Amino acid sequence: MPNTSRGYLQFAGRALGALVVGAALAAAAGGAAAQQQKPIKIGFSMALTGGLAGGGKGALIAMEIWRDDVNKKGGLLGRPVELVYYDDATQPANVPGIYTKLIDVDKVDLVVSGYGTNLIAPAMPIIMRKKLVFPALFGLGANEEFKYDRYFQIMPAGPEPKTDWSKGFFQLALEQKPRPKTVAIVAADAEFALNAAAGARENAKKLGFQIVYDKTYPPTTTDFTPIVRAIQATNPEIVYVGSYPPDSVGMVKAANEIGLKTKLFGGGMVGLQFAAIQKNLGPMLNGVVNYDFWVPEPTLNFKGVNEFLAKYQAAAKDKGVDPLGHYLPPFAYAYLEVLGQAVQATKSLDHGKLAAYMQKTTFDTVVGKVKFGRNGEWATSRTLQVQFRDVQKDNLEQFAGPGKRVVLYPKEWKSGNLAYPYKQ
Amino acid sequence: MVSADLLANAVAAGVLLGGFYAAVAIGLAIVFGQLDIVNIAHPAFIIVGSYVAWIVNSTFGFDPVLIGVAVAPLFFGLGVAIYRLYYAAFERTGQESLSGLAFFFGVMFIIEVVLIMVYGVDYRLVQADYIGRTWSVGFVDFPLRMLVPFTVAVALTGAVYLYLSRTFMGRAIQAVAQDRLALQLMGADPVRVKQWAFGLGIATAAIAGALLIIIGPVEPSVGRQYIGRVFAIVVLGGMGSIQGMFIAGLILGVIESMVSTFVGPSWAPAVAFGVLGLTLALRPAGLFGRQ
Amino acid sequence: MSSAVFWGTLAAVFAAGLALTGLVENEYYYNALYLILQAMLMAVAWNILGGFTGYVNFGSAGFFAMGAYTTVALHKALGLPLPLLILAGGAVGGLVGLGVGYLTLRLKGVYFAIATLAMAIVVETLINNWTYVGGARGFYILTPEKHLWFDSYIQMLFVVMLLLTLAAVAVSRILNSSRLGRGLAAIRDDEIAAECAGVPTLKLKLISASVMGAMMGVAGAPFPFFVTFVDPVSAFNLFIAVNAIAMPMIGGTAHWIGPVIGALLVGTTQEVVKVTVSSEMNVLIVGIMLVLFITLAPQGIVGLAQRLRARGSR
Repeated sequence: MPNTSRGYLQFAGRALGALVVGAALAAAAGGAAAQQQKPIKIGFSMALTGGLAGGGKGALIAMEIWRDDVNKKGGLLGRPVELVYYDDATQPANVPGIYTKLIDVDKVDLVVSGYGTNLIAPAMPIIMRKKLVFPALFGLGANEEFKYDRYFQIMPAGPEPKTDWSKGFFQLALEQKPRPKTVAIVAADAEFALNAAAGARENAKKLGFQIVYDKTYPPTTTDFTPIVRAIQATNPEIVYVGSYPPDSVGMVKAANEIGLKTKLFGGGMVGLQFAAIQKNLGPMLNGVVNYDFWVPEPTLNFKGVNEFLAKYQAAAKDKGVDPLGHYLPPFAYAYLEVLGQAVQATKSLDHGKLAAYMQKTTFDTVVGKVKFGRNGEWATSRTLQVQFRDVQKDNLEQFAGPGKRVVLYPKEWKSGNLAYPYKQ
Repeated sequence: MVSADLLANAVAAGVLLGGFYAAVAIGLAIVFGQLDIVNIAHPAFIIVGSYVAWIVNSTFGFDPVLIGVAVAPLFFGLGVAIYRLYYAAFERTGQESLSGLAFFFGVMFIIEVVLIMVYGVDYRLVQADYIGRTWSVGFVDFPLRMLVPFTVAVALTGAVYLYLSRTFMGRAIQAVAQDRLALQLMGADPVRVKQWAFGLGIATAAIAGALLIIIGPVEPSVGRQYIGRVFAIVVLGGMGSIQGMFIAGLILGVIESMVSTFVGPSWAPAVAFGVLGLTLALRPAGLFGRQ
Repeated sequence: MSSAVFWGTLAAVFAAGLALTGLVENEYYYNALYLILQAMLMAVAWNILGGFTGYVNFGSAGFFAMGAYTTVALHKALGLPLPLLILAGGAVGGLVGLGVGYLTLRLKGVYFAIATLAMAIVVETLINNWTYVGGARGFYILTPEKHLWFDSYIQMLFVVMLLLTLAAVAVSRILNSSRLGRGLAAIRDDEIAAECAGVPTLKLKLISASVMGAMMGVAGAPFPFFVTFVDPVSAFNLFIAVNAIAMPMIGGTAHWIGPVIGALLVGTTQEVVKVTVSSEMNVLIVGIMLVLFITLAPQGIVGLAQRLRARGSR
């Protein structure tokens, strides 16, 4: 024991130092053990307010179900999964900030995209620079400019997304006798609708149809009667519409009210897949042929999808989102499934290994077999063309089961024949 | 190509749409046209009206228009309350205009967020027997989904016009904008009068909201699309003139419809607001406004 | 604030910004700061015509978008570098601002505000239909490779925006405290009396409107590079227009420092909320801040500070 005050201080200092070092070693050892329980963080932005929030909120519910399912089975690589997300409010300007926060500050391990081309594109430069794997949720041709090889789009548009989108619609027209000749194309002045219309235009020209009406309308249009009337005045045999939910409703109602006479009507109308809109339009939907990605038809009864939908529908009650959840939620579940399966299979979080695995594997998901091809799009298109049939008035439950949305195309998933023409 | 059929129908559709626009703008015509209060949140109140109509319609099945009329008194009370807040904060201190504008911007956002938090962002629609049916007169079609709102709009405008010109309170409202001091000298309390007028303006929002959700699906941010239109209609019609506002609404509706039909719908907003711009350049008082 | 202190502060802030780029590599902060600076630039610009001169501009988003789309068009046509694009954006904004200035001859108060709103909608419709810049389909601008000596492109954008904003604040201060500024204040308080007193009202209004337009165009010019995908919906954003009005109002419209304070306060709050509480709270924040500040402090924070100082000195 020292017998001077300076000695005491020195002794105390060394003792303290030893304690600190000891504590640090203990913490490190404990930390290594805790590393096992440190969660795997998956980061993303999602539209929880603004124009795309209807889909975004439903997608989030589906993603939380996936997280819970995975954690119940022990997590990924033995670690629990945690979702880290922020609302991008459907504003592209918010996306770069959110993704840099997720990556640089929150230090997430994996990232996935938000919903919609407008909200996927702003993240791409950041993702590409950091060379991260990027599963993406529903953006039409979002990778066409970037050509990023670690981008994986879960929407089954197909290798040429902009034309594959409407190819089936025009193929159905081709099969009819006599072959219809004239096409009217109308679309909302907004990103997705215009891209769908551009694809339709290309398909129509390639297959030898004559385009007799080709116009766009502002998304804030209130009354669609003049537009439908102007279309009718050109007497088209096919009417292809690219629209967003409120305009889809407006177009279908206007078509019924003025008695639109054409042989094939529909195409790229977003919103006709949503439960509240289907219930409200009811019999006005009969005969419309529109795109969709999953419907409860017997040909699409994939393993796990009904269990998922049951969980989704229970979670979605009273949350102000689509009560049935057939459109986006199964795919929101699937784009995480694909990522999770890749992590488990490669036993790593290395983005290079994950990308390589995802590029060559065929995954089994709740939306069936998923294989990515050119540019991260699906190797084969599975954009369904479905026709509404026998829809009754004011009945939501009828859409929960088969028979109301008959799949006409592609052939592998066909569950019925086209009722043609629409209205003479 | 311009056929009689197409032309007649374009005009008819435009008139029906224009009447609806007038119903949306009439609350602002009172509040802004008569009282110079820049209530930019008026469309947000209309959305609240739409939600009320949706809730009662989906629970009890009542007709949306009847719901709108029934809850109008409640909206009146809401309007009075909001005016008192606005008065205490601004008009009493003489800060009006810009501060009032910012205040109502804030109110607009708060309303929108509360709707999102309570009801979510899914589109809401109503059911009514006449939605989907059409009344045809010769080769001109009048879809009831547009005709019913038009008829209600005409009735509403007529009622407000008569109120403002025939009743004491109504004339007091017109007076308070023109000459506040004279009104005081005549024994009416300007604050009470303005309060009443503001309440009236918001009451019309209840009905306009019901009409809106009859015409198309509604979700909380839909109100933003109408901000430009309602101000354009009130200014085009002339501040202080209810009949001017109605005609301005018709003009806007017909222009939109004609441009949609014959030129291309994507140019409709430019033409409509271009007309507004021209009017402001040539005759800022609007069609029927006091100079 | 004396000139020396002012310029000293500006230089210090700029130096601090540069130092930051050397110290912090984390890109998130630069993204957030960029947006705050952009909002500040818009607020300072708006205040020149709105706060100093008394003419309320509802169409701020229109000027901003014109700057952004000038960049898109010139980048696509000629591949010009960023500084030239900024100049071009400013020129276009300034020209349109000049036009808006002539509008003030015929229209006062709220009529003028409605006219600016109409202008913004007409411009938006024109761009929606202009397929060369993508129209409503949007336009992709891939992040350029070159970012000078900075660690990343966003660092460079941040420094550029910092420089532009500081320059705008300097211009705003000059306009506020000079003879010209007193002329603008006279117009704001009573235009007819000012005209009678010999103030060249038309000339001053034109200057005021052009400067505002040019600054807003400059604010919009780098935006396509920040956001990678531009479409009319995101460029003609209601929030840009509302923030441009709300921030000066909250900070105080009469003084050049008002919009700066307002933008710092509101902008920072928005950025923080965006990545913490998130979701609809972002919109609620703007709404509540507006209502609270406007109701309790109609003269803005600057006004509040002046009142406190006056009370304190009694």
